Amino acid sequence: MSDRPARTEEEVLDAIERRRRRPVRKLLDDRITLSHGAGGKASRTLVEALFLAELRNPLLEALGDSAVFQASSNGAAGPRLAFSTDSSVVKPLFFPGGNIGELAVNGTVNDIAMSGARPLVLSAGFILEEGFPVADLQRVVASMAAAARVAGVAVVTGDTKVVERGKADGMYINTAGIGVMERDLDLSPAAVRAGDRVLVSGTIGDHGTAVMIARGDLELEVDLESDTAPLAEITAVLLDAVGDDVRCLRDPTRGGLATVLAELALETELSIMIDEPSLPIAPAVHGACEILGLYPLYIANEGKLAAIVAPEAAETALAALRSHPLGRDAAIVAEVREEPPGLVLLRTGIGGSRVVDMLAGDPLPRIC
Amino acid sequence: MSMRFVDEYRSGEVAKRLAAEIEELAEPGRHYKVMEVCGGHTHSIYQHGVEDLLPPEVELVHGPGCPVCVIPMGRQDDAIAIAERPEVIFTTFGDMMRVPASNGSLLDAKSRGADVRMVYSPLDALKIARDNPDRQVVFFAIGFETTTPSTAITLLRARAEGIRNFSLFANHVTIIPAIRAILDSPDLRLDGFIGPGHVATVIGTRPFRFIARDWQRPVVVSGFEPLDVLQGVHMVLSQLRDGRYEIENQYSRVVRDAGNPAAMKAIGETMELRTTFEWRGLGFISQSALKLRPEFADWDAEVLYEVPGVRVADPKACQCGEVLKGVIKPWECKVFGTACTPEHPIGTCMVSSEGACAAYYNYGRHAGRRRREEAPVPA
Repeated sequence: MSDRPARTEEEVLDAIERRRRRPVRKLLDDRITLSHGAGGKASRTLVEALFLAELRNPLLEALGDSAVFQASSNGAAGPRLAFSTDSSVVKPLFFPGGNIGELAVNGTVNDIAMSGARPLVLSAGFILEEGFPVADLQRVVASMAAAARVAGVAVVTGDTKVVERGKADGMYINTAGIGVMERDLDLSPAAVRAGDRVLVSGTIGDHGTAVMIARGDLELEVDLESDTAPLAEITAVLLDAVGDDVRCLRDPTRGGLATVLAELALETELSIMIDEPSLPIAPAVHGACEILGLYPLYIANEGKLAAIVAPEAAETALAALRSHPLGRDAAIVAEVREEPPGLVLLRTGIGGSRVVDMLAGDPLPRIC
Repeated sequence: MSMRFVDEYRSGEVAKRLAAEIEELAEPGRHYKVMEVCGGHTHSIYQHGVEDLLPPEVELVHGPGCPVCVIPMGRQDDAIAIAERPEVIFTTFGDMMRVPASNGSLLDAKSRGADVRMVYSPLDALKIARDNPDRQVVFFAIGFETTTPSTAITLLRARAEGIRNFSLFANHVTIIPAIRAILDSPDLRLDGFIGPGHVATVIGTRPFRFIARDWQRPVVVSGFEPLDVLQGVHMVLSQLRDGRYEIENQYSRVVRDAGNPAAMKAIGETMELRTTFEWRGLGFISQSALKLRPEFADWDAEVLYEVPGVRVADPKACQCGEVLKGVIKPWECKVFGTACTPEHPIGTCMVSSEGACAAYYNYGRHAGRRRREEAPVPA
């Protein structure tokens, strides 16, 4: 038995945690794989070791859903603005509950809303495949217009490119947007404290599961719609109710709620304990995920927010979210703790516990 | 779709009751090593934190029943060689895409241009063949008796429909020889087994009888929900307390003692035993795997395509074999969590969601510490 390693379990675990918390400096892969777009560990490595390394500046360094900065002109301070962008490559383009157009508008609107800003204007860039039916394009753009109206934004500039048949899978859309900070808020992970509660505005995993099933590869029939929706209004309702007690907002898209919380735990050096039975999960999503071996915590949402709120404001925040039609199923799902730092844990229904980390692989490519 | 039937097997109250009874069954001072043979159990145990409910006397040892984990590197190289042929659409279960071979994984081959597609079932692969008549569609068939019937049925359907641009790269293995190899191994003393519920659905409970008869060890064929596993442990400990060595069926809502004769017939019609087959970490085990019968040569990728077919040694640092045999815990492997992580796995046990290393890394990492951190659940 002399070949047994000398390390104790505790030492092995400590070493893993140290590695996890080290900034990622090197991209080990030679080529881009689908994992790099999945929103999990590989995405984070690509962003930190390549994009951030090359493009580094103080605003980008925050790696938030949007960049918040003070506009100024001729030395006079202007408003604080939030700026963000989002690309949609979803397959199929049309799915139950929405299409690529709504997704493109809501994606950027929601990224801006998570900074606490009111979204004002958007740009739209279209990459179209030769041969794409104009009637489909018309439907997509009409959906964009409708989504923009609901979100209270205007698409004020745009760009169109056409690529050869066989490229771009019909169409890709990029949007960028600007919002204005009308509240004196600085929502950021730095504000998160032990004791804070984590709320989600509704059922998790709806979008990713709906798109996956809409692809029809699975011969699974489930009555389920994407949750794509603009979050600007429900965010305003929440901030009106408990603005000063909201520490941080996140939009759990790719990688799902698990990834967002895992990132927060790493950034804040705090722990987050999720209570599994409290997680709102639609029965159809629960069922489909059981069959497919997926976990709703990791599946993309396109119309849900996660709010980290001071403990004394948690119930008021919950009531505020539930007062909005998009927040009917809102719930308090987790608590921030001191220990173990940097790690998300989950208390399971049977009373056990486990770690919730970012995913290494890609469960569902091309869902947004 | 109602999932109430799943939630019934995840009740916190029942779990607590079972846990208390298990604690009573465990003789103080005695150490119980119970092996869960199947990777599905390993995954469920970590996913639901089942170990948290067991007394310190009871240790769960993870077994070899992880289909992805046992495929040796040489076969993965062969798979990639087939996948890289320009005429081929190579279809595979998702987990196999990330398994490292001599020169990267199938996912890497895909990024180099190979047409590799993830499917959930071999029938999906057959559909791709139907939809792409000018391409050759190959399905990477892996798994124990659980997945073998669906491969067999797909093959029969391909023949019945006359689909000629479809073939199978067969790597199906059988669980009994692997259990024998573990019982024969001098490194490990086990007290009992949680038997593989899904495999038993197909082969029944009788093939496990030799474990009780020849080795005097209890076997409880169990389901995959956390309460199934807890009840399985409960039944193993009850047998040990009574000095009984029997094959019991905890999963009787699904498993029949005679198994599924129709599924066995489909396997027998299409496949036959290989003389020997290499298992990752366990080496060559005689009569432990299946290949297509000669009359299905037209659908046999091993016949249709030239592959390297070379035995490739596992990376030196990799201790997957010892993990698969339950000889070491995942964290005892020298490269666990350092050179070998889910992002950059060296061994298969770190890739598959049913692999003990991935399950421990992704879910169980806090295991050693959580007992002293028993704080209340958030409001």
